[in-house]
Formats: sequence, structure tokens, C-alpha cells
Amino acid sequence: MMKKPRISSLYLILVFIILYTPIFYLIYYSFNAGGNMNNFTGFTWEHYRTLFSDQRILVIVLDTLLIALLSSLVATIVGTFGALGISGHKKAATRSTLLTLNNVLMVSPDVIIGASFLILFTSLGIGLGFGSVLVSHIAFSIPIVVLMVLPKVNELDPALLNAAQDLGASKAQTFWRVIIPYITPGILSGFFMAFTYSLDDFAVTFFVTGNGFTTLSVEIYSRARQGISLEINALSAVMFIFALLLVVGYYFVNQYSRSRRQRQKRHEQAEVTLR
Amino acid sequence: MKKSKQFFMVPYFLWIALFVVAPLLLILYQSLTDGQGHFTIQNYLTYGSSSVYLKMSLNSLWYAFLITVITLLISYPAAYILSRLKHQQLWLLLIILPTWINLLLKAYAFIGLFSRAGAVNHFLMFIGIGPKQILFSDFSFLLVASYIEIPFMILPIYNAIVQLDPALPNASRDLGASPWQTFRLVTFPLTLSGVKAGVQAVFIPSLSLFMLTRLIGGNRVITLGTAIEEHFLTTMNWGMGSTIGVILIVMMFVIMILTNDRKKKRREVLDDEKATH
Amino acid sequence: MKKIMMMMATILALCGVLFIGSKQLSAQAGATTQANTLNLYNWGDYIDPALLKKFEKQTGYHVQYETFDSNEAMFTKIKQGGTAYDLAIPSDYMIEKMKKAKLLLPIDQQKLSNFKYLDQHFLDQSFDRGNRYSIPYFWGTLGIIYNDQQVKASEVQHWDDLWAPKWQNDLMLVDSARDILGMTLISQGQSVNTTDTAILNQASRKLDRLSINVKAIVADEIKTYMIQNEAPLAVTWSGEAAEMIEQNQHLHYVVPSEGSNAWYDNMVIPKTAKHQKAAYAFINFMLAPENAAQNAEYVGYATPNKAAKALLPRKIRDDRQFYPPLSTVEKLEVYQDLGATKVEQYNDLFLKFKMYRQ
Repeated sequence: MMKKPRISSLYLILVFIILYTPIFYLIYYSFNAGGNMNNFTGFTWEHYRTLFSDQRILVIVLDTLLIALLSSLVATIVGTFGALGISGHKKAATRSTLLTLNNVLMVSPDVIIGASFLILFTSLGIGLGFGSVLVSHIAFSIPIVVLMVLPKVNELDPALLNAAQDLGASKAQTFWRVIIPYITPGILSGFFMAFTYSLDDFAVTFFVTGNGFTTLSVEIYSRARQGISLEINALSAVMFIFALLLVVGYYFVNQYSRSRRQRQKRHEQAEVTLR
Repeated sequence: MKKSKQFFMVPYFLWIALFVVAPLLLILYQSLTDGQGHFTIQNYLTYGSSSVYLKMSLNSLWYAFLITVITLLISYPAAYILSRLKHQQLWLLLIILPTWINLLLKAYAFIGLFSRAGAVNHFLMFIGIGPKQILFSDFSFLLVASYIEIPFMILPIYNAIVQLDPALPNASRDLGASPWQTFRLVTFPLTLSGVKAGVQAVFIPSLSLFMLTRLIGGNRVITLGTAIEEHFLTTMNWGMGSTIGVILIVMMFVIMILTNDRKKKRREVLDDEKATH
Repeated sequence: MKKIMMMMATILALCGVLFIGSKQLSAQAGATTQANTLNLYNWGDYIDPALLKKFEKQTGYHVQYETFDSNEAMFTKIKQGGTAYDLAIPSDYMIEKMKKAKLLLPIDQQKLSNFKYLDQHFLDQSFDRGNRYSIPYFWGTLGIIYNDQQVKASEVQHWDDLWAPKWQNDLMLVDSARDILGMTLISQGQSVNTTDTAILNQASRKLDRLSINVKAIVADEIKTYMIQNEAPLAVTWSGEAAEMIEQNQHLHYVVPSEGSNAWYDNMVIPKTAKHQKAAYAFINFMLAPENAAQNAEYVGYATPNKAAKALLPRKIRDDRQFYPPLSTVEKLEVYQDLGATKVEQYNDLFLKFKMYRQ
């Protein structure tokens, strides 16, 4: 029993090494004076300087993050209700039909989705740009949210809901106080996966964008013919470090405030008992 | 509750109608017409009579299967260990973080790592195995594809394991079950819902994988995704491209039915039959 | 519940900050009214950003720069509409296709005072006789790039040399049906625009015999592979080759003497254009010798602008790899748009070749 944790943490460390090796490789070469990702000839900040003076890229980064956050937020809300709806259906046939429809966008290659969305938008007379990209990202992120939330919803014990209602909880209360807390892990996974989908998408965005609006993926892919410069590496490094700080920072602020709240509670309780 | 629930469902059904059914009809229409807009089933005949497409379809299924199995084998233990750690949420976020870096860049990084003079070959030389041709092999392709899918598998499995009542495996052990028996008969079945979600999230998109087959596989692996890409972007024969798209969707549908709870289905079918008799 | 609501509020607040930030930045970059905008549609990183700034300063127009990664994808976007692109830079065969699809506006050369600087050799090509719809931007060839550590120059002077048994599993190819079948056709003394099925099948059979030498068929990443010495030789375009040679001195580029394909990226004005005046101003600006030279140095491709070439450093100007002698230039053939059925036949044969290797 004592040995196990060591082997298991070793395994986990290995998984993390595999996950992060390519990222560190990219960051390492963002400092390469040699100008490519092969021979490290010397250290330089040059690519970072280019990056921060390149206003076009900076605007694209902000727009990309905006689209990703907003689209995954909306997709998470819509998808969560979708998952609740799917599992609410009594007939198994209806459920699997809905689920199949849900997964159509996941199995279709991006070019098909992109081309059909483009036709859809132009035939509806919707102008291309920020709006069309946002709507498309919401559209292709919904299925992954549903997939992540659905197992949690299916696990919901009907007895739990009955108990809540027996105790006099209103429907809204049952929903907010019982259902939502139970499926929150699924919702969060759905949100993060939707965020990933949005950041990574090239083909769909390419087809539905227009009027000067671009995302980072489109910019990077269309640079491939000329060779992707290390400026993009530098950008990835900055974004990665920023995300890392955000994640770790958020987590510890959260931890801290929680433990303080708990301490406060204990303190109050102590006072009460003292009196 | 029912009514308000229906109300909140409206956006979802609107989404299905506008962004799933409408494109689906469009794809179907395109697959059934020729360049001039006349009705034809020629595209399907071409698909059915061509050994090239048959081989591609089998390739797609086979590689998607392999990717899913590898990802599952790596992810399940990782998710399990994660669920036993302190600061789980933080570690989980750190698993997701790498997915936010652009895929193309990560692929270039892998090219650098796997190249003849790359870090991996240096390591192989160091431990005495000697340099190997890693790129353009099934191995490198499967590895990079699995790499990309790992977070999509870990997350749902982790969610299922975390919810598992620790009393159950403990009880099983107390009753004298070996760790393997406990895992096989208690833990795994109880986390199956998460595994299923993960398998769907990995397998379905893997069916239409195309970019990595070229970037890392050097086109040694050719799947239906490659063919669709070509029909949409190179030959601009959207009819044939759509046909293959329809076939992918049908494949997905069949797999969904196969992975559904078949036992429950059968019982329901029996019930239905009883009701009709 | 509180937690979820808090998160939603945080995300929305973040969105607000991003939105304001992006607006502020693009305002600084000079985004102004629609009236004086030029919507430019180009390959990524295919123009010196400094030139865009110079153009904006000189003329007062604001350039809205959108990018694409393949001719076909660009075609779809322009055909579907949705964005009023004023200027695009497609390649030769695509210009012919766009012309046939009536997606282009004719260009009045009288309005381009700098037109005279273009080299006669690169005008009046088969895809656009008289340059009625397109103005050359860059040009190049298809050829063989090799690594002098493993390959001697004398070993790769002809397309047929690629079939030598010596190169087993050594060759990389660009993932393009027209180019690979094209070079096979040239090696058999045929035209790259062959439409005769018998000749094509013959070429396809010869190509299948090449498969034993082929290591991989890749696209833009071929640069990374060659720079990292992953393969001794490859078939690629001169533009990509220039990029590779810049980063690995062991690499050399050769255009086989029996001929090859010449490609052009030309500026065109799509039918959707709403700011034609701005488009003309831009074309003329890019034709000015000093600007064309600056752009050629930045991008690294060969310029069709005679006066600009003269301004380039001697080392670039005299590089026979990228500015081949006239005798070679005259043997180069440009792709024509062969129509849907033939394009498909080329691609089917190429697909068969790819599968053959497995």
C-alpha cells in the first residue's frame, strides 16, 4: 500500500512530461536567434519585440480570446440545457436520435461544416465577420458540451430530486440547489473543451469569416506557405505563460478565500459556543 | 418544471434545426446531385464500387479505433490517480492547458522532436538503441493523434471516478476481492458512463482526422478525412465530398447504436412487441 | 449556484475588457470609415507589413488584410460573397478559373503608370492573355531541392534522375496532383496540360514506379523537414526552396533543363470590389520598383518587375536557382485550367499513387 503512490505519481509525472514537451520545445525556440526551430544558435528577445510591435497580431489575439470565451460560455449554457432535455426524454429511440443529431457536427470534417455554414449564412443574407464566426463557434462547440454534461445528468438519482421536492423545494430551487451543483463538474469540462475547440478551429472560421475579421488559427495556417516565423512561437509562449499564471493564480486565490471563510465560520461557531 | 424546462430547451432545438438539420439536408442534397444540379446516385455508386474508398473507410475505422484504445489506456490510470490527489482541480486544469496552443505549432514541435537529429533520437542514441526513423510511421502518427485527444478522454473519466463512492471499492476489498477484481467488477463498471463519454469524444472526431495524416504521417495513412478534404478543396467536387460526409455520419450512427446499452434496448423492444400483440 | 453565476459574470467581464482592448488597438492601427478602406485578400505573411504602412501613409487608404491558405478556399469565399474583397492574389490556373466563372473585373493598364516596369517575359501568359485581368506579383518554378551532403549536383539534373534506384525511400514530394503528375509528364516529353487519357495513364504508371523512392508526401511542412535533413531530396516550388536554403546552406535548388512548370501569383480585382480606386492605387504602388524590390527581399520570391530586380543586391539578382537563365525560362510551362473532369482525373490518379505506396 505504501509503494503504490510512488509508482502512480511517477506515471502521472510521465503523462505530464509528454503533454508539456512540445510546448516547452516551442517556448525554447522562441528565444532562438537562428530564426528557425532546428538549430539553437543563440539567445535573443528579438521575436518578442517583433510580437509586441505587431499591432495586427495583437488585435487578432484579443479577438480570438473574445470569440473563444464568449462562444464557449453560450455553448455551455445551451448545451447543458440540451443534455438535460435529451436525458429527460422517456423513449430510448428519441434519445438516441437526438444524440446522433448532436454528434453530426463532431464527425463531419471542418471543411464540410465550414462550407455548409458559409452557404447557410450567405443564403440567409447574414454578413460575414465577428457575428458569423461567433455563431459558428457556438454551433460546433455545443455537441462537446452535451457529451461532457450528459453522463452527469444520467447519473442524477431520481430519488435525490424526489427527496428535494418532498422537503418542499420549489422546482427552481431543485434545479439550482440540487441539479446544477451535481452536474457542475460536467459543465466545467464542457466549457473548457468548448474553449479548446474554439481556439483550435481553422477551417470553419476561415469559411465564415470576412470583412477584416480574423482569428489566430486562420492567421497561423495561412502563414504556413511562407513558413511560420518565431514571432508566433513567442506569441504562444506569452499566451501559455499567461494562461498558466491565470490558472494557478485563480486556483490559489480560490483556495485562500475558501480556507479563510472556513476559518471565519469556525471562529464564529467558537464564539457562539463561548457565549 | 416540465414547461419551464421546455422553454430552456428552445435554444438547443433551434441549434439542432439550424446548424445540424439544415447543413445535413444540404450535404444530402449535394451528395445526390451532379455539377449541373440534376438528381443522381452516381456518387454513391462511385463510392460503393471503388476499392480505394473501401480501403480508406476501413483505414478510418481502424485508426480511430487504435487512437481511442491508446488514449483510453493512457487516460484511465491518469484520471484515476488524479482523483486521489490533493489540488485535483489545479492538476486537471494543467491537463487542459496544452490544448490551448495551436495544433499546427504543436505538430511542428513534434516534427522537430522526432526528426533524425531530434531530441528523441538523441535520447535513443544515448540509451544505446541508436537513431530510428520515427516520422512517417504509424507509431508517430498514432502517438501525436493520441496526444491531442488525451484531455478529451481524461476529463469525463475523471468526473465519473470522482463521483464514485469510495465506500464501494472498500467494501469490495473488505469482502475479500483482489484489487484487480475490485477494479473489474466494481470500479470500472461504475465509471463506465465517463469512459463512454470519453470514447465518443475521441472516436467520433478521429474518424475524420486528416491534417495529422499528412503532417506527421506523410500521407502514408489515408483516411476518409483526407478524401473529403481533397474533394472540397482541390477538385472542388462538393458532391463526392458530401457523399463521403454522409457515409461518415452513417458510420457514426451505427457505432452509436452498437455502443448503446444493448440489453436495455432488447428489453424495450420485447416490451414494445408485447404491447403490439 | 453562486459559484456558477460568479464564473459567468467573470467571463462576461473578461469579454468586455477584450472587446474594448481590441477596439482600442485597431483604432490605433488606423481603422477608419468604410469609404477609404482597401480589402486585401492574400496569402499569410506574403507582403512586407512595412509596405502596407507606407501605402497607408502615402495614400490615406486603410488596408484591411485578410489571409487564405489555398487558392481553392479563396475561390469559394469570393464566389459566395459576404465580404467585398477589393484585391486578391491568386495563382495562374485559378485566375483562369475565376475568369471563366466571371468573378474578375478587367484591369485598365492605362491607369497604372508603373506597369512599364514589368518584365515582358512574364506578361501575356496563357492563363490571361494581354494581362486583361491580372498583374504579376511574384513568380517561380517547380524543381528539385537536394542536400549536398548526400546528393551530388550531377545526380539530379533531370526529372528522370528521381527514379534512380539509389534514392530508395529518400524522396519527398509536395502534396499536389498537378505538380507531381506534371513533372512525370515532362519527364516523358509531354505537356503539363495534357488531357489525353492514354498519356495520363502512361504517366500514372511511371509515377507508380516512383513510389519505392518516396518517403513522404507533405505540404508546407516540407520546409521544416528539409531544413532538418529528414530527406536528401524533394520536389518542391522555388518559393519554398528559397525559404529552405536560407536556413540550411547544404540545400540547393535546381530546375531540370528539360523544362518545368512556371507559376505566377498575380494581383486581381474581384467582381465584389467596392473600392476600385484604392485597388488601382495599391497595384500601382506595388509595381513601383523600390516597393517591389523591398517586397521581394522580405518575401524571398522572384519578382517579375525588371526595374525592381535591378535594385536587388547582386547576390539575389544573380542567383540562377531563382532567376534561371532565359533558355530555361523559355521551356517553362504554365498550368491551364483543365476543367472539372480533367482536374478530377489528375487527382484520382494521384490518389491512386498515394494508396499504391501502402
